[in-house]
Amino acid sequence: MNGGALRAFIVKEIRHILRDRQTLTILLLMPLVQVVLFGFALRSDVRNIRVAVVDPAPDYATVALRNRFTTSSRFNVVAVARTREVIEPLFRRGEADIALIFAPGFGNDIASTEPARLLLAVDASDPNTGTVIQSYARAVIASYAAELPAARGGVQIATRTRMRFNPTLESVNLFVPGLIALVLTLVSALMTAVSLSREKERGTLEVLLVSPLRPVQIIVGKVLPYLGLAFANVLTALLAAWLVFHVPFRGSLLLLLAESVVYALVSLALGVLIAARTSSQRAAMLAAMLGTMLPSTLLSGMIFPIASMPAWLSPVTNIVPARWFIVIARGIMLKGVGLPYLWRESLVLVVMALVLMGAAVRSFTPRLA
Amino acid sequence: MRTLRFLLRKEFLQIFRDRFMVGLSIVMPLVQLLILSSAATFEVKSATVYVVDRDHSATSRGLVARLQASRRFLVVSASPSMQLADEAMLARRVAMIVGIPIDFERDIVRTHSATVQLVLNAEDGATAGVTQSYAAQIIAAYARELGADIAPTARSAPTFEIRARGWYNPELRYRDYMVPGILVQLVTVVGTLLTAMNIVREKEIGTLDQLSVTPLSRGVFIAAKLIPLWLIALLELALGLLVARFVFHVPMLGSIPLVFGAAGLYLIAALGIGLFVSTLASTQQQAMFVTFFIVMIYLLMSGLFTPIRSMPEWAQWITQVNPVKHFIGIMRAVLLKGAGVGDVLQPLAALAVFGAVVLTLAVRQYGRRAG
Repeated sequence: MNGGALRAFIVKEIRHILRDRQTLTILLLMPLVQVVLFGFALRSDVRNIRVAVVDPAPDYATVALRNRFTTSSRFNVVAVARTREVIEPLFRRGEADIALIFAPGFGNDIASTEPARLLLAVDASDPNTGTVIQSYARAVIASYAAELPAARGGVQIATRTRMRFNPTLESVNLFVPGLIALVLTLVSALMTAVSLSREKERGTLEVLLVSPLRPVQIIVGKVLPYLGLAFANVLTALLAAWLVFHVPFRGSLLLLLAESVVYALVSLALGVLIAARTSSQRAAMLAAMLGTMLPSTLLSGMIFPIASMPAWLSPVTNIVPARWFIVIARGIMLKGVGLPYLWRESLVLVVMALVLMGAAVRSFTPRLA
Repeated sequence: MRTLRFLLRKEFLQIFRDRFMVGLSIVMPLVQLLILSSAATFEVKSATVYVVDRDHSATSRGLVARLQASRRFLVVSASPSMQLADEAMLARRVAMIVGIPIDFERDIVRTHSATVQLVLNAEDGATAGVTQSYAAQIIAAYARELGADIAPTARSAPTFEIRARGWYNPELRYRDYMVPGILVQLVTVVGTLLTAMNIVREKEIGTLDQLSVTPLSRGVFIAAKLIPLWLIALLELALGLLVARFVFHVPMLGSIPLVFGAAGLYLIAALGIGLFVSTLASTQQQAMFVTFFIVMIYLLMSGLFTPIRSMPEWAQWITQVNPVKHFIGIMRAVLLKGAGVGDVLQPLAALAVFGAVVLTLAVRQYGRRAG
């Protein structure tokens, strides 16, 4: 009966979106900039480790080991001193990462089969980097020890390591699936909440209410253009990731897009719910940011692994929709698996979508009266 | 001076009238701090392991026992089939597969060398590398142990006694490292966002035009806008530090006045950015998006989540003009390492320069738009 009205309403919404050039530009730029940042700049591998050497009594062995560090591609000797006092200021100013402290008589001990003593002091204020640096340093020392003339006879167990699904540990590969979730949340939840609450603030919502449009149609009309925008975003991000950074895409694109629709519906419903509960644009923005954006970035496993979280917090992540979507997106993109492995996560998302959309329509209807 | 006082009073009244916003902008960041500090961790806990032992010897079982005993690894299933193990990894049931080849024991006895295969699920971010280095350390220790048993004649070989010590964070608590950075993030978001939206709101309502026809000078107006928000952000930091100290027991080795001094400088830059954004935006929605966009880039490039020194050279140069990076550096150095003014002079100077430049630019831009 009023399909025409609905169409007109959607056209009006699209004009609203297109008119605000600034917001539109940022919405379209954001995923691209993020892909570029994560692709080029943000990595967690450790390089250029700065070493301070404390060598109270230099001899052939300490010099040889020092040279190992100098010639290693990972390490960079920034200071050589006789006493330990120099280390502390270097660490405090952030100019060294590890100190290699030889005990006096290092060379003699090696020659005489006494244990040669060595202290590795690591700046562990960043614990993971500290751990990794320490294990690299141990590897350099071990390779030196293995080449000493008397070193034959010990047992060596070599390890062959394979980093499955992401052999080079590129952070962009891990991040792009999360980015899709973030973009969908941003456009679907945040933009919908803001745009609905703006109509409320300005009083134009009441005008809409007395129009022949039914509440469901108003919601659909509000939501559809943003859904379109969200998908434009997802596709640009995927394309950039694929063309520039060669992020693998091993599974089915169709499945990923279908799952994205389900996830977008969850976010849109959240956006409508937030708009229904808040009274001003500012409040809606802040609530949407804190209620949807933050959990989607921080409690979703996108940056911080859920397995690392404390025991009380990891169950909480189960109510964050992005957490499920990211497992699905990574599964499809990095592992190339399909529904047989992902049905549980997909089911959770579908149930969430149904429940939240029901709640959204209900919360909106009484406001119309 | 008197006008400034009146204006300040107006601003405070206006800010505190909106109880909801005050609550939201003071309480929410604290709630975030509580949740975030627990969530924002790359701490590597025990990893689930699938053992593919094709050797079934005392030596291979010894290796698995060493992994278990370290408590860093939890063997959840075992079978001789690599394929089953791979399926378990695809289904996210295990984080690491240890593959021990046939004749593992025989090779060790005969040739004193053998190879163990480690497959890690690298899908879960930065933890895979750390897990791998733990496993490699345990295996190397086991090899030394075997060496002493199997080839006691090798006793005459030189031995190294390597002791390692993690300074500033000997228990490797990730939270101690993250909390100072998260505090910076919260103060930044609140300061920048509130500034941008506060001014744009006056624009939207039309009161900004009214103010610009009064004899108020631009400087007084901007000062009156920024001072209350500057104070709120500092209050926020104080509350956050209290939470960090008494809830999370984050060590605070350095001087707290130094932290606040640096924060005062830093906030000039942060609020300046908010002011600059407010001159570009005409609606609150735009202000929010632009701020969000800028702050996001600053935060990602600040070393909060990934170490700056892992970035390529050119990106490291770019971070030099990032005030967030300098302030996070100061916070971590002062709180965790007990750095004094002398140690953080360089980032402090960078903050001062940045604050002055941004504020000047913003005020000039503001004049062009509104005046």
